[in-house]
Amino acid sequence: MLTKRIIPCLDIKNGRTVKGVNFVNLIDAGDPVALAKQYAEKGADELVFLDISATLEGRKTTLEMVLKVAEQVNIPFTVGGGISSVEDVDLLLKSGADKVSINSSAVKRPELINELADKFGSQCVVVAIDAKQIDNQWIVHLAGGSIPTELDLFEWAKEVETRGAGEILFTSMDHDGTKDGFANESLSKLSTTLNIPIIASGGAGTIQHFVDTFQIGKSDAALAASVFHFGEIEIEDLKEALKKNNIEVRI
Amino acid sequence: MNIVLIDYGAGNTKSVQFACNRLGYDPIVSSRAEIIKAADKVIFPGVGHASNAMSRLQTSGLDLLIPTLKQPVLGICLGMQLLCNATEEGATKGLGIFDVQVKRFSDEVKVPQMGWNKISNLKTNLFMGLRNNAYMYLVHSYYAELCDDTIAQTHYGVTYSSALKKNNFYGVQFHPEKSSLEGEHVLRNFLNL
Repeated sequence: MLTKRIIPCLDIKNGRTVKGVNFVNLIDAGDPVALAKQYAEKGADELVFLDISATLEGRKTTLEMVLKVAEQVNIPFTVGGGISSVEDVDLLLKSGADKVSINSSAVKRPELINELADKFGSQCVVVAIDAKQIDNQWIVHLAGGSIPTELDLFEWAKEVETRGAGEILFTSMDHDGTKDGFANESLSKLSTTLNIPIIASGGAGTIQHFVDTFQIGKSDAALAASVFHFGEIEIEDLKEALKKNNIEVRI
Repeated sequence: MNIVLIDYGAGNTKSVQFACNRLGYDPIVSSRAEIIKAADKVIFPGVGHASNAMSRLQTSGLDLLIPTLKQPVLGICLGMQLLCNATEEGATKGLGIFDVQVKRFSDEVKVPQMGWNKISNLKTNLFMGLRNNAYMYLVHSYYAELCDDTIAQTHYGVTYSSALKKNNFYGVQFHPEKSSLEGEHVLRNFLNL
């Protein structure tokens, strides 16, 4: 059986790992390549690197980092952040990234999803969607959750699938940073209405939250950052607990 | 040892190259017939769309060269599928090494299959020393059916061939270069054939 995946997410700025709580107050949590290797050895199934560098130099540093990760790490990894063209993706894939994740650029120009799927295949196109609830409706947001769009989460997710995305990374801005559990109700709706894998993101605080997002949220993978970076949850313990709950994991 | 990764613009050669480096080998990445012919081991990667990949092979004449190779050849992912008779992806005719059809997963399962799944009923030296039900990383929407050439199988909605072998040709649907230590074990076995 296909296993559920555990994905540590590393926020990268100018080649260094950072993680924000609710996307502010950045704290340095180490060298990304060393951290990535450690996660691979501990049993992480995949890694996501989110480049939050604002400058061109910062992004070049990230490209060098991608190459180093590809050299040293033997599990798949996705790179996201600031990707807006076929050329950006080509460079990242040529540097050894397995998948790329696009977010704002897909909202601004949805055809980008088709272009990437046609050129590189759906398997490497992850569309990240940040959303929060406004008046009982899940609204897609841009720029780390600060700018609301007109888009409804479920309609946008369907469009993203139709245009050729291979996977959706859904972050609930209402849950992100709270350590209060994933947005399982909307995750479950996404997972049952779409036919591509859904990665849950935002809200991981305890091992039980992961059990819940797989069992209640029907997520295919769960992504978290600080609980892993600061050793609050060890991946080995997490996977043992998931297995005890009859959730298929790679051990 | 002289290892050549076939470069035809449709494979993530970097990852495979790095995995070989981690095992202590330094492969050559090339599309030139004389270099490929002279290799001790040939690796044939592939990602993306089958019909695009096949037309790239045809443009460079590699579609005629590959079936004539006599040394061990390892097709990875789409590389494996292109070694089959034909694939439903873009109704593409393959190189016909493995006598099997490649079909699309039914919509009863999420497509693509993305992640780690078990390989079982392992046969041949490619899997020597590997536990049955080892987990490998797979990303694909199309699968090769079970056949006489099957040397490993995986279940995802259907039970299908996750590895194939015929004569000097091997194919793996999973990514050994991205499947942690057990994937590297398979790659090392191939390089030691």
